[in-house]
Amino acid sequence: MIRLYRFLRPFTPFIIASVLLIFLQALSSLYLPTLMADIVDKGIARHDANYIIQIGELMLAVAIGGMLCSVASTFLSSRVASGFGRDVRARLFARVETFSLHEFDRFGTATLITRTTNDVTQVQMVTLVIMRMMVMAPISSIGGLIMAYRQDRPLTLVFAVALPVLAAAIILIARASIPLFGLMQTKLDRLNLVMREGLTGIRVIRAFNRIAYQTHRFDDANADLTDNAIRANRIAALLMPITMLVMNVTTVAILWFGAIRINNGGMEVGSLIAFMQYVWQIMFSFVMVAMLFVMVPRAAAAAVRINAVLDTEPEITDPAQPTEPPTRLDSRPAVSLDDRAPAALAAELMSALEASPTVEFRDVTFSYPGAEEPALNGISFRASLGEVTAIIGGTGSGKSTLLKLIERFYDVDSGSVLIDGVDVRALSQQSLRSRISLVPQQSVLFSGSIADNIRYGRQEASEADIMRAAEIAQAAEFIAGAADGLNTVVAQGGSNFSGGQKQRLSIARAIVRRPEIYLFDDSFSALDFKTDARVRAALRQETADATVLIVAQRVATVMDADRIIVLDDGRIAGIGTHHELMQSCEVYREIVASQLSIEEVA
Amino acid sequence: MSTPPNAAGNRPAGPPSGRPPFAPGGGAFGAMGRPAEKAKNFKGTLLRLLRYLSPQSMALVVVLLFSILSTLFTIVGPKILGRATTIIFQGVMANIMAIRAGRPTHSLDFTSLGHIALLLLALYVTSAVFNYLQQYIMAGVAQRTVYALRRDVDAKLARLPLRFFDARTHGEILSRVTNDVDNIATTLQQSLTQLISSIVTIVGVIIMMLTISPLLTVIVLVTLPLYGVVTTVIAKRSQQYFAAQQRELGVLNGHVEDMFTGHTIVKAFGHEDRSISHFNAINDRLYAAAWKAQFVSGVIMPLMNFISNLGYVIVAVVGSIFVTQGRITVGDVQAFIQYAQQFTWPIMQTANIANVIQSTIASAERVFELLDEPEEIPDRADAVVLANPHGDVRLEDVDFRYRSDIPLIEDLNIDVRQGQTIAIVGPTGAGKTTLVNLLMRFYEIDHGRITVDGVDIRDIKRGALRSSFGMVLQDTWLFHGTIRDNIAYGREDASAEEIIRAAQAAHADHFIRTLPDGYDTVLNEEASNISQGQKQLLTIARAVLADPAILILDEATSNVDSRTEVLIQQAMAKLMQGRTSFVIAHRLSTIRDAETILVMNHGQIIEQGNHRQLLAQGGFYADLYNSQFTASGPPEPEPPLAAVS
Repeated sequence: MIRLYRFLRPFTPFIIASVLLIFLQALSSLYLPTLMADIVDKGIARHDANYIIQIGELMLAVAIGGMLCSVASTFLSSRVASGFGRDVRARLFARVETFSLHEFDRFGTATLITRTTNDVTQVQMVTLVIMRMMVMAPISSIGGLIMAYRQDRPLTLVFAVALPVLAAAIILIARASIPLFGLMQTKLDRLNLVMREGLTGIRVIRAFNRIAYQTHRFDDANADLTDNAIRANRIAALLMPITMLVMNVTTVAILWFGAIRINNGGMEVGSLIAFMQYVWQIMFSFVMVAMLFVMVPRAAAAAVRINAVLDTEPEITDPAQPTEPPTRLDSRPAVSLDDRAPAALAAELMSALEASPTVEFRDVTFSYPGAEEPALNGISFRASLGEVTAIIGGTGSGKSTLLKLIERFYDVDSGSVLIDGVDVRALSQQSLRSRISLVPQQSVLFSGSIADNIRYGRQEASEADIMRAAEIAQAAEFIAGAADGLNTVVAQGGSNFSGGQKQRLSIARAIVRRPEIYLFDDSFSALDFKTDARVRAALRQETADATVLIVAQRVATVMDADRIIVLDDGRIAGIGTHHELMQSCEVYREIVASQLSIEEVA
Repeated sequence: MSTPPNAAGNRPAGPPSGRPPFAPGGGAFGAMGRPAEKAKNFKGTLLRLLRYLSPQSMALVVVLLFSILSTLFTIVGPKILGRATTIIFQGVMANIMAIRAGRPTHSLDFTSLGHIALLLLALYVTSAVFNYLQQYIMAGVAQRTVYALRRDVDAKLARLPLRFFDARTHGEILSRVTNDVDNIATTLQQSLTQLISSIVTIVGVIIMMLTISPLLTVIVLVTLPLYGVVTTVIAKRSQQYFAAQQRELGVLNGHVEDMFTGHTIVKAFGHEDRSISHFNAINDRLYAAAWKAQFVSGVIMPLMNFISNLGYVIVAVVGSIFVTQGRITVGDVQAFIQYAQQFTWPIMQTANIANVIQSTIASAERVFELLDEPEEIPDRADAVVLANPHGDVRLEDVDFRYRSDIPLIEDLNIDVRQGQTIAIVGPTGAGKTTLVNLLMRFYEIDHGRITVDGVDIRDIKRGALRSSFGMVLQDTWLFHGTIRDNIAYGREDASAEEIIRAAQAAHADHFIRTLPDGYDTVLNEEASNISQGQKQLLTIARAVLADPAILILDEATSNVDSRTEVLIQQAMAKLMQGRTSFVIAHRLSTIRDAETILVMNHGQIIEQGNHRQLLAQGGFYADLYNSQFTASGPPEPEPPLAAVS
C-alpha cells in the first residue's frame, strides 16, 4: 500500500496543505471547549454578560474558521484521491497493454480487469478516508490530550488508565471477530458456488431428478453461513456498548477526581466542563481510527494486487535497433558495392530472395512457463508466398501455439522463427504485426459499429474496402440485413451477434488489413457448412499473393491445402499433402478415422 | 458480499464530527448524497418484509424495548452529570463568598457527588447491557430472517420452469440471492436498531432539554431546519455528480473489459497506443466527475458540524447569560451543550438510514419479484410412475414456440420405437435444446401430445419422467466434489462397485485411476483439473449408472483430442445399445444408421426421414450432404457431415 503511494508524489503540496488545514480545523474544534471554560470561570463567575458575548463572538469566528478549513481540506483531499486513482489506473492499464500473452495469461483476464477497475477504486476510496479521517483522528486526539494537559495535569492521568482499557477492549473484540468474518466470506463463497452449480446444471439436476439433493446441499451451506454470521455479529456487537461504557465511566471518573481537585483548589469548574468534552474528543477519535483500520487490510490487499501488475516487466520487448525488413514488393535491399561483378551479385541476391520463404521455423522448441513438456518441440518448416499451409492435430498438440510464435506473442526457447529470412526477434513488434492478419479461435469484437470493427484491421480503410472485405467474408448479407447496416452497433463482447457472424466479421477485419501473412486459428468452426465453403473459396483468390497458415480441427477444412503439418504432442508427425499423409502418416490417419467412420476411410 | 465486523467497513464510514456524538451505534455516512434506488411499491414490499420478520415478533419487541431503554438511560446521563457540575460550582461559589465574607469554607458535598457518580455508573452499565442484549438478539433475528429468505428463494428456483432460467443470466439470478439478500441482512442487523435509537434519542433529547429550559430548547431547535436545508441542497447536487461518476465508471469498465478480453487482437493489430489513449480520455472524464462527487458529498460533514457548533455557541452564550441571571444553573448549560451535540449525529443518521432503507426495500422487492414468478404446473394428483419404461416415444401434432409471435415447431409427428436412434442434424443450435426441453418437459408444449410408452408425459410424475431419460451433452456439467460423487449423481443409492463398473463401461476407469486420488479426486470449481474429453467420459459414466430407457446424446467434435474422441465414441455406442436414443449427430456413420433423421434449421425441423429418403427428396439435407464435395475437392475419403451445434 505504502509502495503504491509513490503515485501521490505529484500531489505533495496538496497533501501538505490538506494536512495543515485539517490541523487547523482540529485546533478550532479543540479551542471551543477552552473558550467555554473561560465563559464559565470568568463570565459566569463574575456575572459579566459582555465578556460572555465577546467570547461567544470569538467562538463563532473559530467555528466558521474551522468549517472553512474543513471544506478546503475536503476539496483538496477529493482532488488528490481522485487524481491518485486516475494516475494509478492509467499506469496500470498502460502496463497491461505492454504485456505479452505470457504475462497476460499468468494473471488471467478476469483478475486484470478487476485490478484495473475495482481494486483501484478500493485503494482510491481508502486514500480519501485516510486523508480525511485517519489524519484527523490522531491530530484531534493528541491535540485533545495537550489541551487537557494544559487545563489540568493531574487529571490527565485518568486517560492513562482509560485509553489502554479502551485499546484492549477494541483489540480483543477485533481479534475474536475478524477471523469469524473471514470465515463468513468463505462460507458465503461456498453458498454462491452451490447456487451457481444449481443454475448452470439445472437441466442435469432436473434430468436426474436430484432437486432434493441440491436443496439439501444449499440448505447445509445456508445454515452454516447463518450460524457463523450470528456468532460473528454477536461478538462484533460488543464493540459499541463497551466503548461507550468506557467513555462514560471515564467521564464519571473525571467528575469525581475533578471534584476532588477543585475541592483542593487545584482546578476551576470551567476546566472540568472543558475536560469532559476532551474525553469525548480523544476517545472517539481513538475508536474511529480502530474502525477505519478495518478498511485498510482490504485496500492493502488490493494494493498488493495492483503492485504485482505494475512490477511485472513484459518479457517481450523490441530490440534496441530493430531491423527494418525488406518490404517484399518494393524496397529490395540496396546492393552494396563489392569487388564482385554487380550483375552476378544482383543475380545472387535475387535468387536468395526468391528462395527465402516468407515464414520459416528453424528447429523451434517452446515451453509454456512452468510446463514440464515443451508445447512445441523441434519444429522446422517453410511456408512460402501464395501457399496455404494447414496445421492439424488434437487438442494440446500445439497448433495455436505455433501461430502465436509467428506473432511473437511468446518467444521461442531455442531455434528461430523467421519472416522473410529475418528473425522475428530482430523486428519491432509493431512492424512485425503490421504484416500479419490473425483470425483468432475465439472471435473478439469490440464495442462500436460494425464498420469500426472491420476498420480495426486497417485504420485508413475506405468504406469500399470495408464492404469488399465483408463480401469476401460472406458477412455482407447479414450486415445489409442489420438495422443500420455497417453502422449497426456491436454490443460489448459482440453479444448481439451469433458465433458465426462474429467469426465472419473477424475474418473481414483480417482481410481489410491486406497483410502479407494470414493466420487462421480454427476460424471457420462456427460457420455452417455452406458458408464455410463459400468463405474459403472467396479467400483463396484474395490470399493468392499472401502466405496463409490455417489451424483446423476438421479434416475437411485442411484437405486441399498445399501442405498439411500434422502435430502430435508438440512434434511434427508428418508434413505433406492429404494424399501423401494418408499414405505415410499414422497420426493423420488416426485423426481422419476419428472423424469419419472406419468403413468410409477404407 | 462480505459483511465486515462493523458498520465502518461495510458502508464506507463518514468522517467523524469535530466533536463526538453521544448517540449509540456506529454510524455510516458514505451513502449520504448518493442517489438511492427506489422501490416501485415501497409500502407493499415493506409490509411483506415485515411478514418475514413476524415469526420473530416477540424477539423484535424485546429488541425495540431494550433499544429504547438503552437510549433512555444514555439520554438521562448529561442531566444528572449537569447536576453534579452544579453542586461543584455552587460549592466553589459558596466558598468564594465565604472567603470574601470571612466565613470558614466547606468541603464540597462529596456525599451527594458520590451518589450521583454511583447513579451514573449504574445508568451507564445498564444502558450498555441493554444495548448489547438488543444487538445480540437482533443478530439472531436478522440472520434467521435472511436464512429463511435464502431458503425460500432456493426452493422457489427448484419450482420455476426452465423458461425462467433461459430468459435470464446466471449473474442476474445469483445477484438476488447474494447481493440483494445481503443488503437486507446488513440493514436488519445494523440500520434498523440505529433508526430506532436515533428516533428515541431525538425525541428524548428534546424532552430532556425542555425540562431544563424551554427557551434554550427553542433556540436549539431553530437550528434544526438548517440541517434539512443543507442536506437537501447538497444531496441534489451530489446525486448528479455521483450519477456522472457512475456513468464514466461504467464506460471505463466496459473499455477495460473490451480491451483485456481482446488482448490478443489488440496486440495482433498493433493498436495498443490507441487503446491507451482512449482509456486516458475516459479516465480523465472519470476523474473530473469523481472528485466533484467526493467533494460535494464530503462537504456535508463540515457544514453539519458547523451547524452543530453554531448551536453550541448559542447555547454557551445564551445559557451562560441565563446563569448570570440566575434562571438556570451551570450544570444545566453543560447538559444542554451535550444534548445539543447529541442532536447532530442521530439527525444525520436518520437521513442516511432513510436512504439505506430505500435501497433495502428495492432489494427486497427484487427478491419478492422472484418469489412471485409463476411456477411449473404441479404434477397431477393421479400422475403415474412408469415402473419399467421401454422407451417408445411418440410426438403427435406437437406445436411449440418459445415466443408466442414466432412459430417454431408446428405439427411435428415422430414415432420412435424402443431401441431406435434419432439423429438430429442441422447448422444451428436451437434445435438441440428445444427437443431436450420438450421431451423432458422442461417446457410445456402448446398443442398436441408427447407420450412415453403410450402415456402422455403430462400424466407422469416429473421426477419419474426425467429419470427415464439420460443426458450426455457437450456442455458437461459436473459439480465441485469427488469424481465418485459426480458419477454417483446418476443414481442416489449406487454402491462403490456399481460406480466403478459404470466408469469402466464409459472407458473412464483408466484415466480416473491415473489421477493422484483416483475416484476420490476432487474436481475443482471449474472442473479444470481434468480435460474436456475426460469430463465427457464422466458424464457418460453418470448416464450408464442411471441406466435410463431413453438417451439424449450430443456427439462432441471440438476440443477433444483424437484418442479420447475414440474412447467417447465407443462408450457412447455401448451406452446406446438397446436404448432409444436422440443424438445430436456430427458423424456420418451415426446419421446414416439412424432410423430417423431430423433436419433442423433456424430451430425448426424442416425435414424428416432416413438417409436414403432424405437424399432422394433432394432438399436441404441433400444439399448439405452434397455441398461438401464442391468445397473439398475429390470425395475421397468421405468427409464428415458437420452439424454445428
